[in-house]
Amino acid sequence: MSLLSLQRRMARAVMTPLTPNERMRPLAPDGRPMRRVAAGFIKPNDRLTSFERLEIYNRQYWFRILSGFAEDFPGVRAILGDRRFDALSKAYLKQCPSRSFTLRNLGSRLESWLHTHPRWAGARQKLVVDMARLEWADIEAFDGKAEPTLKPEDLASVDPGRLRLRLQPYIQLLDLRYPVDDLLLAVRAGAPEDSQDSSNAFNERHKRKRVAAAARLRPSNIFLAVHRVDYSVYFRRLDPEEFAILRRLRQGKSLNQAMDAGFRGSKIPRDRRAADLSQWFHNWAALGWFCRPEKRAAKS
Amino acid sequence: MPANRFNNFTDYGIGIGLRSTHYHHILTRKPVVDWFEIISENFMVDGGRPLHILDRILEQYRVVQHGVSMYFGSAERANREHLRRLKDLVKRTKTPWVSDHLCWGSVDGRYTHDLLPMPYTFEAAKLTAQKVREVRDFLEVPIAVENVSSYAEFHVSEMSEWEFLNEVVERADCGILLDVNNIYVSSQNHSFDPLTYVNSVPAERVAQIHIAGHSKYRKYILDTHDHPVIDPVWRLYSRAIERVGHTATLLEWDDSIPSFQQVHDEALKANKFLASAALARAV
Repeated sequence: MSLLSLQRRMARAVMTPLTPNERMRPLAPDGRPMRRVAAGFIKPNDRLTSFERLEIYNRQYWFRILSGFAEDFPGVRAILGDRRFDALSKAYLKQCPSRSFTLRNLGSRLESWLHTHPRWAGARQKLVVDMARLEWADIEAFDGKAEPTLKPEDLASVDPGRLRLRLQPYIQLLDLRYPVDDLLLAVRAGAPEDSQDSSNAFNERHKRKRVAAAARLRPSNIFLAVHRVDYSVYFRRLDPEEFAILRRLRQGKSLNQAMDAGFRGSKIPRDRRAADLSQWFHNWAALGWFCRPEKRAAKS
Repeated sequence: MPANRFNNFTDYGIGIGLRSTHYHHILTRKPVVDWFEIISENFMVDGGRPLHILDRILEQYRVVQHGVSMYFGSAERANREHLRRLKDLVKRTKTPWVSDHLCWGSVDGRYTHDLLPMPYTFEAAKLTAQKVREVRDFLEVPIAVENVSSYAEFHVSEMSEWEFLNEVVERADCGILLDVNNIYVSSQNHSFDPLTYVNSVPAERVAQIHIAGHSKYRKYILDTHDHPVIDPVWRLYSRAIERVGHTATLLEWDDSIPSFQQVHDEALKANKFLASAALARAV
């Protein structure tokens, strides 16, 4: 057996979902008995059968990825409850196994998967999708790239009408149908520091509270910037116009184009727009959201 | 043999693994530690807190990179994005050598995030050594491969684990990160004499040594890095040091992590063995 075919065979077995009581399945995905599959390439020893030796890796695989996934999506878990979240996690990870060298990217396809597999999110699919988007944005904002911040002198020789401001790469802009930012902050605030040191009664009480909070959440369109201050991630609610301007800037539009798009159909009275704009730019600049312009290569 | 070409002729002493639960202690108390080992993948990101913390650590300490997902033994080619990010990190940390495991863990672009055991065949040794060479040439730093703990053996194997390790490192002309805890764990799981393993390793290629604790179950031992080092592992360490000489030694503690001081104290127990080995060599 070649190295590649052995590795394919073992990976297929290791990545096969466990039984409900967390053991290796008796049948392989192709219907053959797993005992025969295991015995085909793994030696037994005086204490363990081939099946039992393979099972150690099968269980380790699922324990590792399920625990990494749960760490990344406590908000989705709060909405669904432990049982449904467990089922969703297993279904997602079975269909979207890791394609990255880092576990950080395990949840990168969750949002799109939820769109095509709505049944796993149950009746509150839109709420679950919003939370999954926010939690993934949180991961991206946490360790995303930061570029040198724009300084006033960078603007000295630029025509304001043609100015293209660049947003920091780590900033994530989200339009959401539910105020999931509040829910996620509540979930985190209620999470015990170390569950091993907390009593079962505390954990149960906490679990009931977070599920109740999720159940009460009503739709309310919000616009959010997920950003960083001093290396910590924060959620900042934005006005719709503010969000539209930032989104156009992110798309590479000029400042004029972004402002035109931002105020299109806006209910903000015309005489107030200049003041609002000034305040928004002041805030964005204070938070360091703009990067210095990219240096263009000199023409020879 | 305090330094060799596989650890870039450095003479590092006893280090510990850098773990997030200890960041605050390290950055505020600035304890005296010879060096820290980082898990490369935790810092192969574009920015934010991980790199900020790393830069602050680098201002005060020497850092060596240890990877967990290069998968030298995977039949597929090395991931270019992984290599590019790893090289960026190597430039940042100025690590004297880079280590990763003699194992596989990905196939057809799918990652298990586990250290899966190799079939000990000549074909596997050849492919693995070729990948080690490719990675070393790309990164431009010495590479040390680490023996893993394993729970399974394959029918197709043509040699013992230590023969396979020797075959790979000779073909790749690379270093060894000798994990004496992993040797102990595998020796119990596969019923071989761990001293035979330690005695068979080419001493001149050992760039670094790992020590760690593990968990014992009824029918097998699991490499969990969540306990102090047990006496039989210290005895293997002692024998390894006797053969290899004073070598960069690192304690791994990854789960149920106690205070920084407890981890460091456990690591410093290695001093006793380093001192007696030095004495034995002197007389």
